[in-house]
Parts: sequence; C-alpha cells; structure tokens
Amino acid sequence: MSDASEGLVVERIARSFNGQQAVDNVSFRVRPGELVALVGASGSGKTTTLRIVAGYEQPDSGRVLFNEQDITRVGPSKRGFGMVFQHYALFPHMSVVDNVAFGLEARGVRRSERRQRANLALERVGLGGKGQRMVQQLSGGEQQRVALARAAVIEPRLLLLDEPLSNLDPTLRQSTRDELRVALKASKAPALFVTHDQDDAFAIADRVVLLSHGRVLQDGTPEDLYDRPATRDVAMFIGHATLVPATRNSDVADVTIGGVMHQLKLSSTSGVPAGGPGSVVLRPEALELAQGDSPTQWNATVVSRRFAGAQFVYRLRLGGDVIVDVAGRERLERDQPVGVRVTRPVPMVP
Amino acid sequence: MTSRWLNGRGRAERAATIAALPLLLVLVWTVIYPNVSVIAGSVGHWGEFIQSPSDVEALKNSLIIAVASVVAALAIGVPLAFLLTRFDFPGRTILRAAALLPAALPPLVGVISFLFLYGDTGVITKVTQIVLGLKDIPWHLDGIGAIIFIHAYTMYVYVYLFVSAGLERYESSLDEAAIGLGAGAFRRLTRVTLPLLTPAIAGSALLVFMSALGSFSAPYVFGGGIRVLSTQILNSKLNDAIGLAYVETTVLAISAVAGLLLFRWLEGKRAYVAAGKGGARRHKVRSRGARIALAFGAGLIVLVLILPHLMIVLVSFAKDGAWTTQMLPPEYTTHNYAGLFTQDELWTPIRNSLVMSVLATAADVVFCVGAAYLIVTRKFSGRGLLETLVALPWAIPGTAVALGLLATFNTNNIAMGKILLVGTFWILPLAYFVRDIPLVSQAVEGSLKQMDPSLEPAARGLGASWWLAVRRVVLPAARPGIVAGALIACVTAIGEFVASVVLYTHGNRPISIEILAQLRSYAFGTASAYSALLIGLVLIMALAARLAESRMQ
Repeated sequence: MSDASEGLVVERIARSFNGQQAVDNVSFRVRPGELVALVGASGSGKTTTLRIVAGYEQPDSGRVLFNEQDITRVGPSKRGFGMVFQHYALFPHMSVVDNVAFGLEARGVRRSERRQRANLALERVGLGGKGQRMVQQLSGGEQQRVALARAAVIEPRLLLLDEPLSNLDPTLRQSTRDELRVALKASKAPALFVTHDQDDAFAIADRVVLLSHGRVLQDGTPEDLYDRPATRDVAMFIGHATLVPATRNSDVADVTIGGVMHQLKLSSTSGVPAGGPGSVVLRPEALELAQGDSPTQWNATVVSRRFAGAQFVYRLRLGGDVIVDVAGRERLERDQPVGVRVTRPVPMVP
Repeated sequence: MTSRWLNGRGRAERAATIAALPLLLVLVWTVIYPNVSVIAGSVGHWGEFIQSPSDVEALKNSLIIAVASVVAALAIGVPLAFLLTRFDFPGRTILRAAALLPAALPPLVGVISFLFLYGDTGVITKVTQIVLGLKDIPWHLDGIGAIIFIHAYTMYVYVYLFVSAGLERYESSLDEAAIGLGAGAFRRLTRVTLPLLTPAIAGSALLVFMSALGSFSAPYVFGGGIRVLSTQILNSKLNDAIGLAYVETTVLAISAVAGLLLFRWLEGKRAYVAAGKGGARRHKVRSRGARIALAFGAGLIVLVLILPHLMIVLVSFAKDGAWTTQMLPPEYTTHNYAGLFTQDELWTPIRNSLVMSVLATAADVVFCVGAAYLIVTRKFSGRGLLETLVALPWAIPGTAVALGLLATFNTNNIAMGKILLVGTFWILPLAYFVRDIPLVSQAVEGSLKQMDPSLEPAARGLGASWWLAVRRVVLPAARPGIVAGALIACVTAIGEFVASVVLYTHGNRPISIEILAQLRSYAFGTASAYSALLIGLVLIMALAARLAESRMQ
C-alpha cells in the first residue's frame, strides 16, 4: 500500500437535490492520524459531504476511497467508521453503558467483554462510574462525550463528527474544544468533522477544508487559511475581515483610503501579479489605534464602541466607505476622530 | 432536520417502495376494492333511492342528527373543559375523572343503559313522574331527540379531551398580554382564547360529526319510526334489496367524506401554531356561594355521568324476566354472571369476541407497525398513498365498511380477487382489522415521530444490521404507541356492534349481538351482565394503557 493514498480519499464527488447542486466536484483527503475540519456556512454542502463519506448518501458522481478501496457503494454499517451526530442520537431507552456498547453488540462481542470495553471508553472521556445512568440524566456536555465514546469504542478506521460542539453553551464550548482535540488525538483514528464555526475548526483541526456553495474554496492548515487566503471569499469568511482595494508593488501593496496612500507589507499575494490590482485583508488583529501624528496612519472617526473586558472594540469609519474593527484600551466617544495604523504584514487576494 | 435522515433515493428508496407494496396491496384489497364494489353494485339502483321517500328522509335525518350532535357535544364539552382546566373548586378531581366515563361504554351498552334509565319504564322517567305528580310519563325516549341526547352524552368526551389538551398547552402569557393591552374577559375569550383553540375545537367537532353520522346503535334501538342511513342499509340488506343497500352505503360514505373535507378546509383556514410552554394557572374559586354551587353542580354532573354504569351493574344482578313494571328490579341474583361462564350458549359469544378481537389486533399491530415505520422513517414513491389509505377506514362509517366487505368477500373468484369469507368465522376479524387500522397506525406513527430521526442511521453506522437496529432501537421507541394502539384496537373490537350486526353468523356471533338477542327476549339481567363485562374489560384495558405509559417514563 503506497503511503501517499492511505486514509480517506474523496474524489470529485457531486450530489444534487431537486436540481440544486449541493455538492459540486469536491475532493479532499484525510491522512492517517489527521484531524480535518469541513467548514462552511449553512448550505455550503458540508453536511451532505459528511453524509456521503459516512455512506448515508450516495454521490451522483465521484468516488470515496479508504486505504485505496472504493467504498462509494458500501453501506454505512459496513464502513467501519464511527459517527458522532449533531444531536448525538443517543438511544434514550438505553443506559449510558448500553449506548456505548451497542456497536460492539452489533459486532457480536461477548456481553462481559463489551461491558468492560464500554466502561473503559467511558473512563477515557471522563465518565467512569456514570455508565448505569440513563442518557437523559446527563448534561449536554456529558452526552456529547458519551456520543464520542460510543463512536470511538468500536475502534473506527475514521471518526466522523457532525457539528460536535453546536449543542453546547458558549462557556462549555471553549473547554470542550480542547478536550475534544485531546480525545481525538488520543484515539489515534483520523477524524473528519463538520462545523460552521471557524474558531472550532482552528482550535481542533490540523487541516481545514473550506466549502462554499458545494465547492472547495481552500484546503490547508489553519495558518494557511488565515495568513494566505486563496480568494476574496476565503478572506471574507475567516475572521472579521475588511477588504480594501490595493495595487501590488513587489512585496508591498499601495493602499489608498480617503485620498491618503500608504504602503503595506504583504504576508501573501495569492497569485496577484506585481503591479496587478487586488484587495488587502484588514483584520482587527493587524490594526491598532494611533494617537499622535504617525506618518503611516489613516484618519478615522468612531462609529460605535463595544466593551470587551480588557479593552474596547471600536468600529471605525475610515475615509469613504471603509469600516474596520479595532481594539483599544483608550476610552473614545462616538464621532471622535482617531488614527489607525497597520502593525503587521497583511494578505493580499485577487 | 427530519427530512435529512429520510433516505433520499436509489437503493434505499427502492427497498422502501418494495416493502410498501404488500401493505398497499392489502389496503387496496380490503379498503379500496370493497368500496369500489359497493359503488359498482349501486349502479342501476339510484332511481330507487331518489324515488323512495324514506331514503330521502333518512339522508336528511342523518345529516340533522350529525350536525345537532356536534352542537350538543360542543355545548357540553367546551364549557366543561374550561371549567376543569381553568378553575379550582371542591369536587374538581372527581368530576375530572368522571368526565371520561362515557368513553368506557361500548356503543350498544350506552344505548341500553339509557333505555333502563330514561326509557318509558326507566327509573329516571318514573321518578320524575312521581316527583312532579304527573298522570303520564313526562317524555318518550324515541325519535331524533333521543338519538341526539345519547350522542351528546357519549360524544362530548371527544370535545372535552381535545379542548382540555389545547388549554393545557395554551400559552398563558397570551392572556396576560391581552390583559396588559386592556382587553376585558369577554374580548380575551372571543378574540384570543377561542381562535387559538380552533384546531382543537374543529378536530373534535369532526370526530363527533363522523361518529354521529355513522351512528347505528342509538337509531337502531330507539329510533322508533325514525329512519337514518345506517339503519336503512341494514333494512335494505335484510329485505334482499342489496342494490339499494349499496346506494345507501355510497350516499353515507360520500356524506362522511364530504364532511371530512369540509372540516379540514375550515381547520386549514384557521391553522395557528400556538403551542407554547403551556402552564396556565388554575384560578381558585373563592366566593363561598360559588364554591357551594360548583360543588353541588359537580356532584350532579358526576351522578348523571355515572348513572348509566351503575344501572348496568344493578340490572346485571336482576333476575331475568322478573322486572316488568316496577321502578327497580325486584329480585336479585348472581346467576347471570355464573351463566356467562358456565352455559355454552352464553359463553360462546364471549369466546368469539375475545378470539376475534385478539386476532384482529395482532394483525393490526403487525400491519400498522410496518406501515408506520415506512411512513415515518422513509421517503419513497407511494408514501403519500400509503399514508392516505391507512387513514381512510376512519372516514368510512362502520356500516359502509361492512357492506363493502359483504360486496367483496362473498364468492370464490380468484381472478376477480374475491374469496368467500361472508358466512364464515373470518369475516368479522377482517372487519375489525380494517376498522382498527387507522387507530393503531396513528398511535404507532405518533410514537415513531417522537423518535430522534437520526437514531436508526446512528445504529446502522455503528455496524448494526437492519434487523438489529429495528429490534433494539426502532421497536423500543415505538413501544408506547404499539401498546396504546393495541389496547384501543382490542377494546373497540371486543365491543364492536355496527359492522358485526351486518356480517355475523350464529357461529361467530360476538358479545354485542348476544346482548341484543337477550334484550329482545327480555333477559335484561343477562344482557346487562354482558354489558358490565364489556365495561369492565374497557376499564381494565384503560388502566393497563395508563400503567404502560407511566412505565415508559
């Protein structure tokens, strides 16, 4: 078996519903041990893609391979994958341990052994001793871990997770992200998970496949997507970005806002040729408020202020229609004039 | 969300269509084909119907009775539901329990108890005569009025149950909002509360309409000279005017379906989704006078509600033939009950009813679990058809169902899809099976719809075979519905009268037919003992359903 094609290979799959192209020529891979996130807004085709990988849906065209075997027409019960459903799909009439042991029961594992293995899987997700509870007696976060244990106990060749964090409240979500990454890494199985939340994707995944309207916009590491977005759409999706027209000038860009031009250092150019037009991506993290009269600043006025704990987040209007968000400690009032400065290299997209 | 887990197409859809085919075939054979046979048999006899004054009158009476029963049931059921869900007063708990009592009376039994109570020699009739010092009895229990009277008693329960459920779910903040906007009690009721209860009211009114239109027992037993369609059908059949019976059946079925469509249309115009968290508070009635009046009224209503049951139990101990003109039966004995279980002739109907209803229920469960499973969890061509056909027998009055089976299973003709069941034991279990399909499938569908649709795919994804997933996940989820549906089906089948009276033979005569026979020979005690047995069975099954329900939670 050649190393290059081990793991999951999705090859040019397409699927339409009632004439709507839900998935359009999507290809990507999940290599052994890798955590891959399928990210996109609702309607981007991410869930359909996951369902095709899981075997609940058949593609109109294209192939799904695992370890070089074509599994496109193999039913979900025979793929050997473990799936965590969005609402967990825990069996309400079974105890926690029976839920976790169900996949082993389906594989004909003896009762005593499957109890033992299910309890071990529960301990691994920090739920040892709760096996006899009924599912409804657990909190949302605990249910999520039961679902993970149930999918992991069958030692799947690939773990699939559909919006694994969307049912948790915001505070729980933060901590669960880290736990999930640790648990997924510990299970050694490669994992593919679907999320609409880029923060989830960045925090958990080794690699991110960004989908929009059924097509892959970009496939890369979180750093790739953030620092080197391939297209305008990617740049718009990642972070709170403002795109400003610019002209590339070797490794800097000439950016004119409200009649004032500055040159900005570029972190990537995404194929924009020297001298060519494009846009630079301004994100709050690359901007700061400039009091005084720095030569590299643009003048702006405060549109609104939002309290964000350690600092304020200001929405500012630069010359014309350019609106950016900038964080700052100073307390500014509405309509107050202020300067903005770019502090690090910014990406440029066509 | 739901639709996402319905298997889209390809292999899975074909498999579902193939699985649905035998079910559709059974429905076409036992529901559609009989109705088609009736319509075909009616051809050439419509002139007789139109020229027969009694038939035209029967159609008119049936419609009048149906509409008047709806009005009467609403007039009782709606206020009672408001009273019991919105107010707290002494006697509320017992009235709430008693409000369901009419549901424990099988149709024919209710009619008989009314005869004992309000008939020409009935207890209440005589007491009223004596108390008022009248020369003659104060009323005669016959005609349209009597039929509507008993319908009001037995059918208000539908209204009461539907409207109570609507009020329990009713979002109380809506009333609070109306108060905050300055609306008085009357405006609140007419502009907010009642409009939001329209689905419940319309749904229950439809149920009453359909039951009253097809009602057979009351017109049959004390209709007097009053003709209605259901009794005309049996008359024509007994007079060997089978063609005319088919016309009458067609007219009855068309009236029922027209009523169904009319109500659905009215309901559709006022379909609000007003289900909130519910939790409306009950107001404690504080005024001393009102409390006493309500307690007294509640006691009176409870008495009226429970009298039929008490009367049946009392008469069941009466010595056969001894009760003639006295106010109450003069001699009592336990022989009536003993006889049911010791005399072959009397035991046979009980055995028949038990065997036939268990057979029908078992077939209903197998059939309806399959149908409900496909309807709820699969998407396939033919799904809408299956859903419609499964609900269809509900819209067809019992007499019409019976005539349909009579028209279809009356000869051995394999090429025409006909086999001879009329005159055999099997025709009644078949009739019960058909009549109970909607009840059982609705109960099972209800349970399956509450199941998280991703459970079965989840089980399959964990490596379970189809059968393991169904056995360990789907069937446990459907179990409350299966238990409830089976119990309802069993209860209705054991007390079934309307279809039985058309199709029974001496050999398979069920309890209801024997009750009628005993009544005709003035064996009131024995008839009542059978009736009490039926009431007992209904109550036991209702308790079993309650128990099963609470176990599930």
